Amino acid sequence: MGLLSDPNRRKALTSLLTRLNTPICVVCYLAGIAWFMGLAFEPFTLRTYMSENAMGSTMVEERFPAGERALATAREFAAHKRKVGGMPVEWLVKTMQARGLEVFTQSFTRTLPFPDENKERYMVRGTNIYGILRAPRAPRTEALVLSAPCSPDNSNNQAVGLLLGLAQYFRSQIYWAKDIIFLVNEHDLIGMQAWLEGYHHTNITGMDYTPLQGRAGSIQAALSLELSSDVITSLDLVLEGLNGQLPNLDLANLFHAFCQKIGVLCTIQGKLQRGDWDTAEGYTHAVQTMMLMVLKQASGRPWGDHGLFLRYHIEAASVRGINSFRQYKTDATTIGRLLEGMFRKLNNLLERLHQSYFFYLMPSLTHFVSIGYYMPAFGLLATILLLRALDLWVQLGTPAQVTEDGAGEVEPVSINNQGVLSVLTPVVISHLTGVALYTLPVLSQETAVEHFPVSETEAVVLTAIAIYTAGLALPHNTHRFISGEGTEQGWRVLKLVALLYLAVLLGCTALINFSLGFILAITLVPAAACVTPHMPKALTALAMVLLSPGCTLLYCVFIFQELQEAPVTLPEGWMLFLSVISQGILDHSLYGSLVYPLLALLIYPCWLLLWNILFWK
Amino acid sequence: SYLFIYLFYYITTKATQFFNSGHTNNWAVLVCTSRFWFNYRHVANVLSVYRSVKRLGIPDSHIVLMLADDMACNHRNPKPATVFSHKNMELNVYGDDVEVDYRGYEVTVENFLRVLTGRLPPSTPRSKRLLSDDRSNILIYLTGHGGNGFLKFQDSEEISNVELADAFEQMWQKRRYNELLFIIDTCQGASMYERFYSPNIMALASSQVGEDSLSHQPDLAIGVHLMDRYTFYLLEFLEDIHPASQANMNDLFKVCPKSQCVSTPGHRTDLFLRDPRSVLITDFFGSVRKVEITREAVNLTSAAEQPVEATKEPKSEPLSYVDQLPVAEIIHQKPKQKDWHPPDGFILGLWTLILLVFFKTYGIKHLKHIF
Repeated sequence: MGLLSDPNRRKALTSLLTRLNTPICVVCYLAGIAWFMGLAFEPFTLRTYMSENAMGSTMVEERFPAGERALATAREFAAHKRKVGGMPVEWLVKTMQARGLEVFTQSFTRTLPFPDENKERYMVRGTNIYGILRAPRAPRTEALVLSAPCSPDNSNNQAVGLLLGLAQYFRSQIYWAKDIIFLVNEHDLIGMQAWLEGYHHTNITGMDYTPLQGRAGSIQAALSLELSSDVITSLDLVLEGLNGQLPNLDLANLFHAFCQKIGVLCTIQGKLQRGDWDTAEGYTHAVQTMMLMVLKQASGRPWGDHGLFLRYHIEAASVRGINSFRQYKTDATTIGRLLEGMFRKLNNLLERLHQSYFFYLMPSLTHFVSIGYYMPAFGLLATILLLRALDLWVQLGTPAQVTEDGAGEVEPVSINNQGVLSVLTPVVISHLTGVALYTLPVLSQETAVEHFPVSETEAVVLTAIAIYTAGLALPHNTHRFISGEGTEQGWRVLKLVALLYLAVLLGCTALINFSLGFILAITLVPAAACVTPHMPKALTALAMVLLSPGCTLLYCVFIFQELQEAPVTLPEGWMLFLSVISQGILDHSLYGSLVYPLLALLIYPCWLLLWNILFWK
Repeated sequence: SYLFIYLFYYITTKATQFFNSGHTNNWAVLVCTSRFWFNYRHVANVLSVYRSVKRLGIPDSHIVLMLADDMACNHRNPKPATVFSHKNMELNVYGDDVEVDYRGYEVTVENFLRVLTGRLPPSTPRSKRLLSDDRSNILIYLTGHGGNGFLKFQDSEEISNVELADAFEQMWQKRRYNELLFIIDTCQGASMYERFYSPNIMALASSQVGEDSLSHQPDLAIGVHLMDRYTFYLLEFLEDIHPASQANMNDLFKVCPKSQCVSTPGHRTDLFLRDPRSVLITDFFGSVRKVEITREAVNLTSAAEQPVEATKEPKSEPLSYVDQLPVAEIIHQKPKQKDWHPPDGFILGLWTLILLVFFKTYGIKHLKHIF
């Protein structure tokens, strides 16, 4: 007989499973954490290499000469910006036309669901200006984008100046095989979203914009430039985009190759690379860099203007110039040469970047970990959920006390049928609470502002937290609605459903955004695996609250600040936490970020199910 | 006088040596199999060999040039209408008089094999045909990306060494060559000549099985590698050859040693009947103009006697003009057979039967109205 159909062997297997369940779960959890931490250890990573043949080993000689002129243009731009008090549209249009580009503008308006206190805007109205450099001999089928944001304060002037300088230099070359679009967007991400939506004729986020008059073909790659000083000491590469999507690794490889060739200091996450991987400091440095990337990816927000391009399958990255206290300074001409080299290499592309990895983690700019190496860490955590589910299935299948064979066997079947129905009620109620958490904060901000002396943003955030905490009181009330439960089997069925649901949810999340899935798994998996109604209530309740998604977010905020080397005190951290929640809700309505809906509609109800199990009577 | 005799003997031996090769015309088939801008060097390779071969005397009508992509007019070329083979742009091998016979997507395995074996549709122009005969020496030069036993054409198909060997055997059996020199500059190029089994083939390759052929030097202004190492040194060697040069194949085998090429060039001479030492470079790379030295005088101006016609040719009917054209055959053709129909009587009888049955069923009295 087969392994699973032979009752004796099956009994032996299941008893093995029941006996060893807890030890295996603990081992899996520790192994998962250890695997994840080991990813940053340099011998376990691979050196980055250029995968795309077309961008291969040949280098070109960069000849961009006009760095000083670009800085002069930047100063002009700053003066006009101050005079107009916003984006100097006429001056930019005139300057771009003088450089021989085809210039077009796009205006857009957007009313945020509630005022954004970080950037101090509520009703946004702006203009994007872009100039197209047509390829001299090529058909207009493909394009590259270079963008610089127009910031309201005195930053990013040099970026616009360098963009205009490069436009003038590129215009006099004949080797461009793709059109190049030089874009200056206002109100950073909102303007970029309006431009992209207009370019691709979509309307995902409900923005109001004028249609684009000029178009250049399908965009193959995009670079966003942020430069706020005349000289820099290092260039930082920002890769994380919307919903944790990353550009193709070849773009990072290209950037690194040119940094090495030209001799500019390059960083990722603002951290320099160290050579000593075998010392403790070297390893912690790599772990810090990787953790920063993980946290940024998990937040699901675009960390540069490039982040919105990724949704349209356009590989994009942001290059940020940093001026810190270092002796060796790089001037604008060198940065211009670096960008020229990158664009000439991108010009050689025949197809979209697709040869290298799309899913990776970078503990440093020269080393990466691909999906095949980091996914087992999550897999080990998911195994815990599946093992626990198997254990529960076994327990449900064999009744605990068998008085008579007949009665004992009939019971679990009927209890199972009844149990599934009774499980439905907590599931529905938890999801309704999730829906309330998703919709009510934004909808009820007017009523909240009427009754309480808070601003709209605070109202939204505090309503969210209030609904979250109100969910904790649910188990005491839902018991009135549930009939015929309260048995031993009932909570087991609910826990089985919750475990499988959580496994599927976290698995799907980890596939799309590994960092988010892994961080949620770290806290939710032990909670889900260990919770039973028989544990001491007060202590377990405290542990459950500490492992809830909201508190996970709080820890992440504190850890992020620590890693950025700007640690915060508790009250400051709390204020930061509130602003993170408001940013999450805004990101969802402005750009379509999925982190807030995921947490509110799916993860939070799952956690509520576990909370229900804890207070099962 | 001994000196005079010695010189005379020397000249005649040289003269006999001159005629030893046994070929009367030269052909060249030069193929570049890769597309895309980053394979610039393969086009430059082929154009360099083309240039040498033309310079040494083979005319365009005897060269079949196949280029899979157009580098000179590629949008990314900073120097349009040029293909350089040396950095700092010293040598433009594209020039003004390049005649490409197969261009772009026409360079396929099928077309290449059809050119070699001569199985081309009748509409193919002469410039696209290899019209060689059994006294032709053919130079075949291939370059591109290759592997162990295959050569990649156009990023979508491959030719294997077995196919190539069979094509050469077809050429031998159809008497399409006297001697063949096969040069290949790809990675693992030696695998392509392993399977040859036809006589009179000499083969050279730029690298052995398991080795990669490397490119020579990038040009920073253009942004690509300009040539492959083997062909670069081959071109350098050929630049010293002139139509009267006496350099032989052994010198060619020495081109690009491992120190310069990094890969080990290989050659194969076991199928060749002559000793490579006696084979001149110009036997394949140049075009020999046959000169016959004779010691007798030829009388061109005296009245030649009319040859007596022994038999009178039979008188044939004078043909009218139109009868000589092929259309005459069409006009006098038998008419085409029509499709078979059942005989007419049968149809008549059938309708009569139908009518009778009809009237039988519905009453004979209706028949009276008909008749």
